[in-house]
Amino acid sequence: MIQYLPILILLLIAVGIAVGQIALSNFLGPKKPTPEKNAPYECGIIPAEDARKGVWVRFYLIGMLFILFDMETVFLYPWAVIYRRLGMFGLMEMAVFLAILLIGYVYAWKKGALTWD
Amino acid sequence: MEAIERMINLPSSSFQAIAPEIILVLGALFILVLDLFLTRERHHYLQYFSLAFIALAGWYTAQLWGDTGFHFYDMIIVDNFRLSIAYTILIAAGMTILMSGPYIKREEVDLGEYYCLTLLATVGMLFMAAAADLIMIFVSLETMSIGVYILAAFQRYRVASNEAGLKYLLIGSFATSFLLYGIALVYAATGHTDLDGISRFLTNNPPAGDKILYAGIAMLVVGFGFKVAAFPFHLWTPDVYEGAPTSITAFMAAGVKVAAFAAFARVFMSALHPVHDQWAPALYWLAILTMSLGNLVAVTQTNIKRLLAYSSIAHAGYLLIGITAGTSEAASAMVFYLAAYTLMTMGVFAVVIYLGHKGEPNLTLYDFAGLGYRYPLLGFAMVVLMMSLAGLPPTAGFMAKFYLFRAAIREDLVWLVVIAVLNSVVSVYYYLGILVRMFMNPPEEEGRALPAYVPVGVTLAVSIAGIILLGIFPTPWIDAAQRSVMVALGMR
Amino acid sequence: MTPALPYYLTLSAILFAVGMMGVFTRRNVLIVFMSIELMLNSVNLAFVAISRHLNAVNGQAIVMFVMAVAAAEVAVGLAIIIAWFRNRESVDVDDLSLLKW
Repeated sequence: MIQYLPILILLLIAVGIAVGQIALSNFLGPKKPTPEKNAPYECGIIPAEDARKGVWVRFYLIGMLFILFDMETVFLYPWAVIYRRLGMFGLMEMAVFLAILLIGYVYAWKKGALTWD
Repeated sequence: MEAIERMINLPSSSFQAIAPEIILVLGALFILVLDLFLTRERHHYLQYFSLAFIALAGWYTAQLWGDTGFHFYDMIIVDNFRLSIAYTILIAAGMTILMSGPYIKREEVDLGEYYCLTLLATVGMLFMAAAADLIMIFVSLETMSIGVYILAAFQRYRVASNEAGLKYLLIGSFATSFLLYGIALVYAATGHTDLDGISRFLTNNPPAGDKILYAGIAMLVVGFGFKVAAFPFHLWTPDVYEGAPTSITAFMAAGVKVAAFAAFARVFMSALHPVHDQWAPALYWLAILTMSLGNLVAVTQTNIKRLLAYSSIAHAGYLLIGITAGTSEAASAMVFYLAAYTLMTMGVFAVVIYLGHKGEPNLTLYDFAGLGYRYPLLGFAMVVLMMSLAGLPPTAGFMAKFYLFRAAIREDLVWLVVIAVLNSVVSVYYYLGILVRMFMNPPEEEGRALPAYVPVGVTLAVSIAGIILLGIFPTPWIDAAQRSVMVALGMR
Repeated sequence: MTPALPYYLTLSAILFAVGMMGVFTRRNVLIVFMSIELMLNSVNLAFVAISRHLNAVNGQAIVMFVMAVAAAEVAVGLAIIIAWFRNRESVDVDDLSLLKW
């Protein structure tokens, strides 16, 4: 367990600095609250409406497609580590894999899953 | 490094070993793309193409008959057990696609994705039969399941179908995590995920009270138990069978069950065969409870799809007898039973599709009243199907039960067989009850002409012919089934 | 020095049990689904630990397949949940009641 000690010290220092800064600014900084300052920060623009409402279903669709294509890249990493040793065979296998993914992409595209209106 | 060399130098025979699966994957992708460019009127081409790909896969399967061996780094097995199961699955898939055409048109879900997903789910099933490694079983099980989840929920605007899909998905993935945990524990206990390795390890190091191994086996039983709908993991079955589109219910009742039993049998009868004495008592009781519950609850059902769901649970119970017996004779009896079961299931769901109106409001048993006289051919088909499901001679159902029970008696499972026979007697009551309604009761509704569903009729005719053929001339098929024993790992 | 295999398996079993409790007790269908994902990931932890313990790589290979499969399952699951929600206006598993449970 002793070799974890530096990590523990690092963790304590990092937390200490973060907490210290917030605490210091709380103690030392002047406070003059106005309604504008109390409003939630939204890129400097005055908040337009309540954030708790339904989300357009298209976000889910894009989200799902993202999850799928994102996760498939998990198979690219182990392949990339040894692809030189796998040679031509590995290249062809990956080409087949990507071709199948591409068909999925073309399908989603043609079905209009990627258009935004 | 040696592993990499072996992978690069794959012999071309390896690709032949999975040729049927490759064909179906290509077919599914082809249909997916073709669907994008096809006009609405030419939609039925997709069905023809799907059937053609199934037939082609069947032809490639025939080429493999008689081969034995391991391929793809011991991931894929070729033996006659796999190939007979593959035939059964392809027949189930072919019949499903055949009777889907009119059905999905009537229910207004005539989409190309339907065929694509059916083919991909079939690929998953074929790989389950071919898997020689627990990883492979997991991946192919999920390939099958994810396709079937979507198909169960395919009627997007019908709440019952959504609900069936959602229930199946939640319970199915819950079960999958049990299966996966079982795989992890067996891997921890034996250091292998390939079935051959597990079997060799267990033969050389007989486990003396290895708790991790037994916990792993228990988890595997739970995982497979959910998929084959064994008690007490059957709760999803009636709901999902009722809510899913009828053609998909047939596909689930036949295809999913056949594939799950194939993997179940291969894992337990080959890889875990050295510890047979430890798991056999558990499956003994599971078989008794499953068939008794299935048959007793089926008696009380009034909806035909729910009744068939409980009947499929009962049949899962009979099939568990085969796994409990654990011999190669039992394995070949299971092959025969699964083939007969597939034919009966497909036939009876074809009848359900015939009788249903759009949206299927009329599938209670009361709606069967008087149908036997009004539609004599359909009445005859139902007589054959119900006799076969109940296990009465001279049908396939009788021969299947006969061979299965004989294999069990040779293993001294006499009481199990006695209970199974008593269960069959109970099942006669509700199967013949349907026939009584069809032939003895006056009809409830005004007569209407049966819809001219030619493909559904063909499905029904094929299944009836198959049932009678297997029932009267079982010898050649039993011979084939007896040559379908697994490449014995532990049974060597 | 790394902790021994039994510790990892215990942690994995605890996580699996937490996920299972979530499936049995929570009523929101999305949280039930997340609990199932937790169960799958607890098994991933076990696989990596066993693989490390046995000094064999196939346990880690399984994990990648499990992750990919879980992603596909999530996508399909969310799609079905959205379809159900649109027809039923609910994400409560108790409303899965049209068919007798």
